[in-house]
Amino acid sequence: MKDAPGTRDYDWWLLAILAAICALGVIEIYSATHGSALAGMHMKQVRWLGVGLVLMFALSRLDYHLILDQAPILYLIGVVALVAVLAFGHTRFGAKRWLPVLGEFLQVSELVKLIIIIVLARFFAEVQSDELSLRDLIKAGLLVGLPLGLILKQPDLGTALVLMPLLVVGAFLAGLQWQHAAIISLAGVLLVGSVFFPPVSKHILKPYQRERITSFLHPEDDAKGSGYQLLQSKIAVGSGGFWGKGFGNGSQNQLGYIPVRYSDFIMSAWAEEQGFKGVLLALGLYMALLLRLVQNAQRAKDRAGMFLVMGVAAALGFHVLVNVAMVIGAMPVTGIPLPLMSYGGSATLFVFLAIGLVMNVRLRRFVN
Amino acid sequence: MSIWFRNDNRLPQGRLAIVSYIIVGMIGVLLLGFWKLQVIDSDRYGVMAERNRVRSIPIIAPRGRMLDRDGRVLVDNYPSFSVLLLRDDAALVEKNLPAIADGLGISLDELHDQLNNTKALPKFQPIVIKPEATKADVAFIESHRADIPLLEMLMVHRRRYLPDGFMGHASGYVGEVSEQQIEASDGKLRPGDFAGKTGIEKQYNDMLMGTDGMRRVIVNSVGKEVGRLSTQEAIPGKQITLTIDYDLQQIAEQSLGQRPGAVVALDPRTGEVLAMVSRPTPDPNDFAVQVSKEEWKRLNEDPLHPLLNRAIQAQLAPGSVFKIITATAMLEDKVPPESFTTFCPGYATFYGRQFKCWVYFAKTGAKSHGVTNLHDAILKSCDVFFYNVGMRLGIDRLAYYAKKLGIGHKTGIDLPSEEPGLMPSPEWVEKTFHRKWYAGETISVSTGQGAVTTTPLQLARTIGGIASGGVFKQPHMLKDAQNVGEERFAISEPTIEKITDAMYGVINEPGGTGGHLKLTGVELSGKSGTAQVIGYSTRDRLAKQKKFEDNAWFVGYAPKRNPEIVVAVLVQESGQHGGEASGPVVRDIIKTYYDKKAKKNNGQYTVELEHHDLDGDGGKPAVKTAPEPAAKPEDSAKPVPARVASVVAPH
Repeated sequence: MKDAPGTRDYDWWLLAILAAICALGVIEIYSATHGSALAGMHMKQVRWLGVGLVLMFALSRLDYHLILDQAPILYLIGVVALVAVLAFGHTRFGAKRWLPVLGEFLQVSELVKLIIIIVLARFFAEVQSDELSLRDLIKAGLLVGLPLGLILKQPDLGTALVLMPLLVVGAFLAGLQWQHAAIISLAGVLLVGSVFFPPVSKHILKPYQRERITSFLHPEDDAKGSGYQLLQSKIAVGSGGFWGKGFGNGSQNQLGYIPVRYSDFIMSAWAEEQGFKGVLLALGLYMALLLRLVQNAQRAKDRAGMFLVMGVAAALGFHVLVNVAMVIGAMPVTGIPLPLMSYGGSATLFVFLAIGLVMNVRLRRFVN
Repeated sequence: MSIWFRNDNRLPQGRLAIVSYIIVGMIGVLLLGFWKLQVIDSDRYGVMAERNRVRSIPIIAPRGRMLDRDGRVLVDNYPSFSVLLLRDDAALVEKNLPAIADGLGISLDELHDQLNNTKALPKFQPIVIKPEATKADVAFIESHRADIPLLEMLMVHRRRYLPDGFMGHASGYVGEVSEQQIEASDGKLRPGDFAGKTGIEKQYNDMLMGTDGMRRVIVNSVGKEVGRLSTQEAIPGKQITLTIDYDLQQIAEQSLGQRPGAVVALDPRTGEVLAMVSRPTPDPNDFAVQVSKEEWKRLNEDPLHPLLNRAIQAQLAPGSVFKIITATAMLEDKVPPESFTTFCPGYATFYGRQFKCWVYFAKTGAKSHGVTNLHDAILKSCDVFFYNVGMRLGIDRLAYYAKKLGIGHKTGIDLPSEEPGLMPSPEWVEKTFHRKWYAGETISVSTGQGAVTTTPLQLARTIGGIASGGVFKQPHMLKDAQNVGEERFAISEPTIEKITDAMYGVINEPGGTGGHLKLTGVELSGKSGTAQVIGYSTRDRLAKQKKFEDNAWFVGYAPKRNPEIVVAVLVQESGQHGGEASGPVVRDIIKTYYDKKAKKNNGQYTVELEHHDLDGDGGKPAVKTAPEPAAKPEDSAKPVPARVASVVAPH
């Protein structure tokens, strides 16, 4: 191994895009909370961003091959942590998701997402053939299935769902065969279908999850529950129009009609105040971010690096898709935040650590 | 450390490219979703956002007050709070209905009824679900603002009437508008509005009712008001001045007491109604909020008919008061001639049937009036004399005069639901009963018995009009009424002279039926009447139940010619002669009238007009308070005390 990579090798474009997205987030968190009891939240978010940035640079210095070497141990740590959460976790909003770390409550499942990205990258990198055998596919599935089951138990459907695209994208890039893809798609369709089919969902979903599904399908039946949340979000987005109502002028946002407007529904607040033009900017930035990640994957030095970067891309892309689709009422409320715009410590740290992995891969693309 | 996966640079470039396309496609689809909401459906969501944000709260216009002729307040308002239900969100309403019903102590069924009844109204318009909020209700609403953001309090003005049903029948009362009223109002009235239901409240509703305003406020997601957009002030209803004289009304109420009956005092020169009482009476204050179904049922089924304004709606035989009409007809037609006399042995026989004179039953035991002429017959109210006059005049002439003098048709007073009474005639029996007129019926009618019926107001107008020389002014309650109607019926001067002399004699000559009513210094005149509820013979057969006792009338006026005041009093089923039961009421009122007039002339009488505005801080609780008692008789000259209640903040 030669000298450690220099600062020139960092992906400054990627960082610029990230900075822009974070800026939009901080601006909107400020707008959504400045007049309320939550005032000052944007500064807390800035603090999280600072911590995240430091962690990102720290992680980028550590050769990702060393990290991948430790994948089995990381996996073990992840599973133990999840069990610990179920055993002694701190309950908030009706779910056990938090473990006290350094005086803050961290969502262990965010950490687990990162670990699964690493574990899957290692797993798929070890596949030597160009085609993914059914045997390997099932192994990968089991590898994801265990933590997924534990996360569902918290319950945290959102994070559990995020593990799925990691598996799907990883398998696809590892040479998933079309007939396997067809079978998985069929199974996926059946699973989603059963979730929306009450006699089956009764057995596999928690009551609050089923409620979210029904209120998504019939928002008018549940005017103050999550159906109300979706409706209010749509009203906020729609009433923003093309040009938006202006910074701090969104009535849905300022008067509190948008649920958790500083976090999961921040896109709703942004769309109301900044209009379609603002949405164009935000989604444009996310698209640039994702495409930049894919580009980094394409230029990775090896398969392992590529899988690592694409795991991050899959996780972030899925977050953006599910969150934004929820904001426009096209998906049920799942509690998945919008990366870097939504307020939240654990989620922010996850994104920066994930980007740290990407930087790590990039920094070593010429190193040999 | 495994090393073999390093440097494996087989990258699936093709599949990575596919992922790029998927990313672009995904963002594109999401943008399409935003385009649909923000560009295509933007207006619809804009309206919804506005509806979220803006809440319209009506500002109820106070009804105009009613003043007496001297400017004293007879009917005014006090502020109170109604509970409003916001119905924009039907599902939310449905969900919270049980909690609301429980919290406000209303039955769930009743709430459902109210919602069903107001289905046709626009959703953004809140409805009143409880008209009078108690302190507990206010506390309930305030403490549940966040979880039940559907309730709002509305300041309303409740009607306040003088206590004990003072002038209650004349003033009428207000109530929630009925469906018929809403339909008839051309969109002016909406469900939940209060409007006059009876009496002056109904008659002059358009004047009294103001125009409600509207406050548009910004509310946050938990229903808390955070700002105000615009305020359209309410336009208060017009204050009206009535012809009622508080002092005379007061004495009329007291003098009649709790006996069932009615009093009407008119100024025959103008037609102004100076006092109007009907007993029994409900307290209109009981209707000002909401009368319960049970109470309403009770009032409707009460055998004494407390909802009937006897002054204009009781249609009863006028008894001997009618003899003034028979006498006028006789003198004008000269049939029989003025010099006509009869001998009254206590009865008369026509067509083989015996008709008794009241003197036959008189407590004095006189049994006979002896030989009487017209003057004596009016004084002593001799039935036999008028039986004979009626026989000679015939029903057609009698009916002609009676109708001309105001019997059998409405007086046209500005009150709803006036009854016309009835002057029977051969045509009428033909039409109604398909039979011929019996000659015997003329005999009854000529003494005000039989089918002839009148209202107290009619009798006041008729007697007042005759004493005024045949000028009949339209009775009215509104002081500055325009185009007051007038009917004239030419009565010759000698006739008026003789009739008024006789009526003066009723009180001021020995032997008159109203001799005990004499007032020094006042030319009090009048005529008593005791109408049989059933015939004398039937009454003899039945035990003397109160139910079958007579209606006592007295119509008095002063002065003797061109009177300034005429008072008709009816006391129902008193068991007393008209002069005994009703006469003193007439005398009390006319005495009060002259006492007041004398004081006014001497400058001793002044009416202090109160100065108060409805927004003043009277310090009365908003929750229903009994109005202050009206002035006592001794100090009836004092103005009605100010009855302004202040708003108690709903916190």
